[in-house]
Amino acid sequence: MMVHEFQAKELLSCYGLVSPGGKVAITGQEAENIARGFSSGSIVVKAQVHAGGRGRAGGVIVVNSPEQAKSAAEKMLGQRLVTDQTGPLGRMTKRVYIERAIQARRELMIALLVDTTTAEFVVIGSASGGDDMEERALRGELKLERLPLRRDTEPSTGEIAAFAAALRLDGATQDAFCHLLLNLRRAFLELDASSIEINPLIVDEAGALQAFDVKMSLDDNALFKHSELAALWDEDDDHLELQSQRHQINYVALDGNIGIAANGAGLGLATLDMVRDAGGQPANFMDIRTTATSLNVAFGFGMLLKNPAMKVLLVNVHGGGMQPCDTIAEGLGIAARRTGRSLPTVVRLAGNNAEFARSRFANFGYPIIDCRDMWTAATKAVSIAGGA
Amino acid sequence: MAILVDAHTRVLCQGMTGWAGSHHSAQMIEYGTRIVAGVTPGKGGRVHIGVPVFDTVRAAVEQTKANASIVFVPPDYAAGAILEAIDAELPLVVAVTERIPVLEMVRVRDALKGSRTKLVGPNSQGVLAPGLCKIGVMATGSERPGSIGIMSRSASLTSEIVAQITSVGLGQSTTVGVGGDPIHGIGFIDCMEMFFADKDTTGIVLIGEIGGAEEERAAEFLAGIKPQIPIIALIVGRHAPPERRMGHAGALTKYKGADAASKIAALQAVGVIIAPSAHRVGETVREALAPPA
Repeated sequence: MMVHEFQAKELLSCYGLVSPGGKVAITGQEAENIARGFSSGSIVVKAQVHAGGRGRAGGVIVVNSPEQAKSAAEKMLGQRLVTDQTGPLGRMTKRVYIERAIQARRELMIALLVDTTTAEFVVIGSASGGDDMEERALRGELKLERLPLRRDTEPSTGEIAAFAAALRLDGATQDAFCHLLLNLRRAFLELDASSIEINPLIVDEAGALQAFDVKMSLDDNALFKHSELAALWDEDDDHLELQSQRHQINYVALDGNIGIAANGAGLGLATLDMVRDAGGQPANFMDIRTTATSLNVAFGFGMLLKNPAMKVLLVNVHGGGMQPCDTIAEGLGIAARRTGRSLPTVVRLAGNNAEFARSRFANFGYPIIDCRDMWTAATKAVSIAGGA
Repeated sequence: MAILVDAHTRVLCQGMTGWAGSHHSAQMIEYGTRIVAGVTPGKGGRVHIGVPVFDTVRAAVEQTKANASIVFVPPDYAAGAILEAIDAELPLVVAVTERIPVLEMVRVRDALKGSRTKLVGPNSQGVLAPGLCKIGVMATGSERPGSIGIMSRSASLTSEIVAQITSVGLGQSTTVGVGGDPIHGIGFIDCMEMFFADKDTTGIVLIGEIGGAEEERAAEFLAGIKPQIPIIALIVGRHAPPERRMGHAGALTKYKGADAASKIAALQAVGVIIAPSAHRVGETVREALAPPA
């Protein structure tokens, strides 16, 4: 779960992270009022959306007066911000963060994360921060320092000092950095974060460290331990995706007209591939998790049935030990009765309780186009949708 | 023969008295798996579905000589259960539980280093050696004893591929679900090493998907050796939009080169045969095993 910049800064301020000091506004007037509270100097207006690449997309604007802050905020609020990480639809800007601009003597980057390829908790850092890190990494121009962090013991003073020195920090700034790193490590573990990235981390004129931008995400699997953090969730544009998660369904909206449902992410991706290979356009990806009940499944199908773009449903199920085919059939039957809608539905059932699932469809009076193999089902759905 | 398990494997079930544990233990017993003990703290001394229950893994191992475990413990206690099984030096632990906190899996991976335990999962459908032993939750009925080893990141897709392989007249030596979570126990490389050492496995199917680096690692491993048996791979997610989460976290295209095309290219470059689509894996395997004269 991603948290917004303003939330991350507030959470991490409890762990000694200093940032220039800002506040959230939801209207232009609020933005102006906040800016008036600053003594003087430039002001930064930042869109609060769950995506990187804001700076280059017009989501971060530096202005010189409270009036300008107001108009910059009004330009962003209620608009969809499209960055190179949001996809073409962009993300709705519901809040802006108004912050003092600060002069940087230097910019660095540090990120604490779990490297899933090595199963290590690590901090990585670069002596030069900025918003072009990925491009520099691709060009091979980025030198990253790396320090493994253990869960149960703090790194030694020597280890951290060497890491700081590699980032070209010395003297009092190095001491402050070492202190900050230990605190961030503690924050990561206590909050069950999955990543904390500070970029840029600024060395200001006085040699002190300040976080100009923070990107933080929390481990979804550990949110059950932190109801106070789960409450920070901002639905943003993922409304349906989040609701689906609560119903044991992984849902991603796409822009075609063939509704896809499968049990299991791998089978779902395989179905998506086959539909595209057959010349069709999927309207969504829907993976029904093994833990979903028929009522959860009904929620998922309800979403698909209510989507006006949908021309046909393709249901590809291989019933397993945890989730037999009839659970899926029942879910679709319930959804059709609840919504009073139906769509041409191509079904491919295999594995556990496939026969029983056919009789469940019949009981619900829900007509299906029953195909014996996946490819036949995919091509049938594509032809009904009018593609290929 | 099979890898990881055989007809004599003695299985204990952690979390057996819960709903999932009860249901699947009964199914495994029906399949012929020797479920010798259940472990649920506080319920030791009972008998559940005909199997003695113990408070700890260690006690269960001492009294029943169990040499494998399957974990059905809910996510908040699952890592602890796996650590207990590692501590009791069980050679094989299969974790079905999904959504274990990532930092707890870091701890589990640390504990696995230098231990006697091979961990399969978490978020795994388990291990199936047709006709010999089932430690998992997969559907059965389509499998048949045979010579194809299957290793996979996805459960229902594995069932599908098993059915295809059986329908082209072949069978499976062992199927292993390495698990859908980004941090898991044994991976494709460990499975291949075991399959190579198993005289009865004459071909391997790798079922991979977008995200992570497991397929790339497998390709690097294969580049250094000359496999004596054909390896066939299916990589799904060729048409998934980039940077979107598709199902479990393992399918997150987060790393550069984690897309399907680069995985396919990496595997192809080291001689792996790529199945063109999920519905053609069976025929691809049959052709690879018996090339036309």
